[in-house]
Amino acid sequence: MSRTETFERGIHPQYHKELTAERSTVQAALPKRVLIPLSQHIGAPAAAIVAIGDEVRTGQLIGESAGFVSSPVHSSVSGKVIAIADFPLSSGKQGPCIVIESDGQDTYSDFQEHPDYMNLDPEKIKEIVKNAGIVGLGGAAFPTGVKLSPPKEKLIDAIIINGAECEPYLTADHRLMVEKPAEIVEGLKLLMKTLGVSEGYIGIEENKPDAIAAMEKAVSGQPIEVHALEVKYPQGAEKMLIKAIKDREVPARGLPMDVGIVVQNVGTALAVYEAVRYGKPLIERVVTITGDGIKEPGNMMVRVGTLISDVISQCGGLKEGAVKVIAGGPMMGFAQWTLDVPVVKGTSGILVMSSDEYVSSESYSPCIRCGRCIDVCPMGLNPSMLSILSEKEFFEQTGEYNLFDCFECGSCAYVCPSKRPMVQFMRLAKSQSKP
Amino acid sequence: MAVKNKENKLIVSVSPHVRDGESVGRIMWSVNLALLPAFIMAVYYFGPRAVYVTGLSILAAVLTEHFFQKGIGRPSTIHDGSAVLTGLLLGLNLPASVPFYIPIAGSFFVITIVKMLFGGLGYNVFNPALMGRAFLLITWPKAMTIWYEPTAKFVGMDATTTATPLGVLKEEGLPKLIQMFGDKSDMYLGMLSGNTAGSLGETSALALLVGALFLMARRYITWHIPVSFLGTVALFAWVFGGEGFFNGDPLIHVLSGGLFLGAFFMATDYVTCPTVRKGQIIFGIGCGAITMLIRLWGGFPEGVMFAVLLMNCFAPLIDRSVKPELFGAVKEQKQ
Ligand code: SF4
Ligand code: SF4
Repeated sequence: MSRTETFERGIHPQYHKELTAERSTVQAALPKRVLIPLSQHIGAPAAAIVAIGDEVRTGQLIGESAGFVSSPVHSSVSGKVIAIADFPLSSGKQGPCIVIESDGQDTYSDFQEHPDYMNLDPEKIKEIVKNAGIVGLGGAAFPTGVKLSPPKEKLIDAIIINGAECEPYLTADHRLMVEKPAEIVEGLKLLMKTLGVSEGYIGIEENKPDAIAAMEKAVSGQPIEVHALEVKYPQGAEKMLIKAIKDREVPARGLPMDVGIVVQNVGTALAVYEAVRYGKPLIERVVTITGDGIKEPGNMMVRVGTLISDVISQCGGLKEGAVKVIAGGPMMGFAQWTLDVPVVKGTSGILVMSSDEYVSSESYSPCIRCGRCIDVCPMGLNPSMLSILSEKEFFEQTGEYNLFDCFECGSCAYVCPSKRPMVQFMRLAKSQSKP
Repeated sequence: MAVKNKENKLIVSVSPHVRDGESVGRIMWSVNLALLPAFIMAVYYFGPRAVYVTGLSILAAVLTEHFFQKGIGRPSTIHDGSAVLTGLLLGLNLPASVPFYIPIAGSFFVITIVKMLFGGLGYNVFNPALMGRAFLLITWPKAMTIWYEPTAKFVGMDATTTATPLGVLKEEGLPKLIQMFGDKSDMYLGMLSGNTAGSLGETSALALLVGALFLMARRYITWHIPVSFLGTVALFAWVFGGEGFFNGDPLIHVLSGGLFLGAFFMATDYVTCPTVRKGQIIFGIGCGAITMLIRLWGGFPEGVMFAVLLMNCFAPLIDRSVKPELFGAVKEQKQ
């Protein structure tokens, strides 16, 4: 390794990773109550298989996968089911959740361990991954089992582990790579074995030299390369990552598997290892709690279903002047209306912004056609045109400008001098037109 | 956009939640600043009248915008610097000798008709300052073509009128033009520094270049339009500008008239040029070609103004036909 690779365009926001980059992951306190949404992933929601009053154990299956693109959910504590109802979620929507009151014992259900995990049959590994409820932990939460079952005509020849972590502020993946490099590599090897590929890559932005060093050490002697990537947003978007590392361009509107590649987040690789080796389902994840508005920023291993308010109070609470709480990173995360929403499998961070960091977006002005957004759009779109068409409600014309190739990274909004709510315009147009 | 939860005081808005510090105001004021060297040279060569003329046109532009917006019940946007910029650019496009009502009428016209009636900043189709110049040229053709000798150094004018270099070139030919300056190198030097007759802000190519380089360094403008514009002018001048073919003097055409002012500061006007860089090159080539068609074979000695205004009409079309390169597009076709 010595190359620094990247994609075209993109932006260089301030990273602010220093707030938490050096802080080791600490175990969050066992929550008294968890709200476990049945839909924490892309695809069909899981179907509840427990009823109010049922006793459950930590790691027990409580919601079954309901379809090919779907994922099961497990209890993250031991205790009693006290409600199954709709609650507000961090995505801003409402969704069905199973509420479990912890008994404080954290009694685990029996996990099926596989000490000889490397010798398992690929089909068996796929089954374990699917049943463990593993989804992409980078944010999008796409069921990992589905990615491991590509259609026959798609030949996969490489797996890339995404350690770019290009969202400002977040350091969850960074800490995992520093703290558990060997386990991540084992996870990657399992994924490689499952898909029958011989090339493995780990892409990490250059601003994490300790993570690069740790991963380099962990992969030595194996057919896996660690690639240092330019620090640029959105380097961690799948298509940009593949472009940077393998110089392959995923066709517009296509998927990584169209160019023979599967991308998995570092957290996902770790979850795969823990599921296959120890039989542990996905019931906790590392969350970065950060921003100028939180008293004690840090990285925490948090049980899925823990309320954000609970996590925040474990970090000393909000500071005076905290104005915005975001689930995820500042570029693509969701601002929260209430803090009583659960941490889900895709929650990589909780960012609390103070009034100093927050740039008001309350008013915006017409597009002055400066072209800055075009210069940064990683997908090579014309965001200016798309935003104007959406603003004027000429939705049917947006297809001509490839609206549906926009993945809402927010780069265009970041640079817009007129402070236009570009992502909102894109979403509006998408909701009003057909792909 | 952003809403606030009254209980917990949290603000909710759509991602992204961080933005760079750029704003319309910062960009517009930077462009104003970039025109400062040209303005200083105008004062140096044309004396206090330069301050008088540009001052009037800026003042008229700002007041017109302010009262227009107040009148229709919208918040005034004069602080964003764009009205000042329109006034300044219009002022720099005028001869030093114009009577007071010309900059005032010009600014009033462009702010109301060209800018506000089209919907304000962002919606206008034509470059306001150039529309102003065109309007004034048609309304007061005489006053708009009286050029003073630029000899007065920071002092009042001695009222010797003369012709612009391009005017001389068109009417009397190159030998006469060179003779006017002394020799050839004096001529180039005069054009670079601004020691020639012409509109207030267009004569000093060097001062304009300094401002333009500042804007490029800040990435407020890119090379695409100026380089394609200037390059096309140079090419035409070389091929068709002399006796026979491939015999012309490209430098004279590049350095004289409103070319630098037009190519760096007016053809690059965000609102009225294409947004896609590839399209901007087409736009620049179009500007250059039309400029030279007018200069060499048209009825006017100068063609930048009409060239840019004409290309402004095509900007929307160029933006519709020239798209940025879609990520993954090439492979899509192969399949
Ligand atoms: S949000 Fe969409 S249009 Fe804007 S930069 Fe990202 S991909 Fe391009
Ligand atoms: S950055 Fe904003 S103002 Fe500039 S072209 Fe894009 S949408 Fe328009």
